[in-house]
Amino acid sequence: MKQRLSTLMAAAVMTAAFAVQAQQPMKKAPPPAKAAAPAKAKDGITAEFEKFREVLEEDNPAELFEAKGEDIWKHKKGPDGASMAQCDLGLGAGVVKGAYVQMPRYFADVGQVMDAERRIVHCMVKYLGYKEEDIRKQPFSNDSKTPDHVSVITYVAAQSRNMKIAVPQKHPKEIETFRIGREIFDYRAGPYDFSCATCHGSDGMRIRTQDLPNLRKPAEAIRAYQGWPGYRMTGGFMLTQQWRMNDCFRQQRFPEPAYLSDSITALLTYMTATANGQVYKGPGIKR
Amino acid sequence: MTAMKTTILCAATLACGAALAEEVRDYRAEAIAMMKRDFKTRGIATADRVHEDGLQAICNRTSDHPPKAIAERLERDQMESIKYPPDGKLMGDWKAGEKLAQSGRGMTWSDKAGVPGGGNCYNCHQIGPQETSFGTIGPSLYQFGKLRGNTPDVQKYAYGKIYNAKAFNLCSAMPRFGHAGALTESQIKDLVALLLDPQSPVNSK
Repeated sequence: MKQRLSTLMAAAVMTAAFAVQAQQPMKKAPPPAKAAAPAKAKDGITAEFEKFREVLEEDNPAELFEAKGEDIWKHKKGPDGASMAQCDLGLGAGVVKGAYVQMPRYFADVGQVMDAERRIVHCMVKYLGYKEEDIRKQPFSNDSKTPDHVSVITYVAAQSRNMKIAVPQKHPKEIETFRIGREIFDYRAGPYDFSCATCHGSDGMRIRTQDLPNLRKPAEAIRAYQGWPGYRMTGGFMLTQQWRMNDCFRQQRFPEPAYLSDSITALLTYMTATANGQVYKGPGIKR
Repeated sequence: MTAMKTTILCAATLACGAALAEEVRDYRAEAIAMMKRDFKTRGIATADRVHEDGLQAICNRTSDHPPKAIAERLERDQMESIKYPPDGKLMGDWKAGEKLAQSGRGMTWSDKAGVPGGGNCYNCHQIGPQETSFGTIGPSLYQFGKLRGNTPDVQKYAYGKIYNAKAFNLCSAMPRFGHAGALTESQIKDLVALLLDPQSPVNSK
């Protein structure tokens, strides 16, 4: 384990070096005399990154956070001596294997649908004595801190590696949440008149050189799910799917969705259930 | 109309109650109510942005395919709201336009109040020949002026389209930059010049 960690640390140093490089202003190839072909023109950094990611995924620094999350899940005790062994992620108390790819789902104890992140935070508050208000103060990682719940999410996600997404759509609330999520996906508003669908509702589009998956289709909906939670190379910390949704709404020019809100659960239910049957590869690496 | 059909079908079937309940449930309204609860002001991105305006509501309700008569009426309204520069000059500096076209900033909660935003143009369009990193959500604008010339009518069209794309196509994916206050009059002029000035690389051979 020690040796493995040192390999990981080396990888982390490499990523930091890469991060510095990535933050340099993008220098483009010498200008072609004619208009660029509308064919796919990946910029150099994107191509480099993809090669680098392939190498790095063997020893993904996400595993550092996974190990920390595992420790919290297995060993940490709450003020009453409770532990995450009592946490039901939908497959029974303490069962982690395969749970991540089967959320969001309906939880009878709270009478509502919860996505993975929301459920895990719920359990950490209930059993381990974390304060929800503290978690809401810093819900997402930054370069000085990756909060504990993010590590636990990474651990739980890793326990669904190479498993098929199977979000249940049986309980009336699961079906209702999916339908509300679909409405949110299509809802245009704000100063730019954008909805999620403006960029993610048709085939074969790009923003700059970035391919945009059509999230209405199962085979492409997986792309919004794959690689999350993800280790962000420019910064060296883990980011979750809730963060990704938050940043989408920022770019959509919307106000900010509250952390762990019903709207995000609904949107994740729509997007994840649409990807049902696709294989999740576990925590990933993001630029 | 759909509700009426269901009612008629219902008379002949036992699954009547369930079908009607399904029909009555308005998930769109529930989604909007939910978003109004959940989305909060941060920085310049105020909570009221989550309310749809009349045009957005029509596009949302019709999956961006409004009935022709409604679309024409609302496009006319949008057209009449376009404010053209009082001095009648519509072409600015294409070099400043190119810089603006490159910038994807503006109107997010991480943008500062009072700092002019960018045009976000390359996010969606091919424009100048030197820029290979361009999006494909909108059509290519390379050679825009070469193909159309730069007569006063063409200038007016380009200015109007950037100011309010919805005046030309009600549910277009393109933001209404002037209407929304995302770009100023002089910024739009610079973008018009980028598209139409014979010196602009957009119109090079």
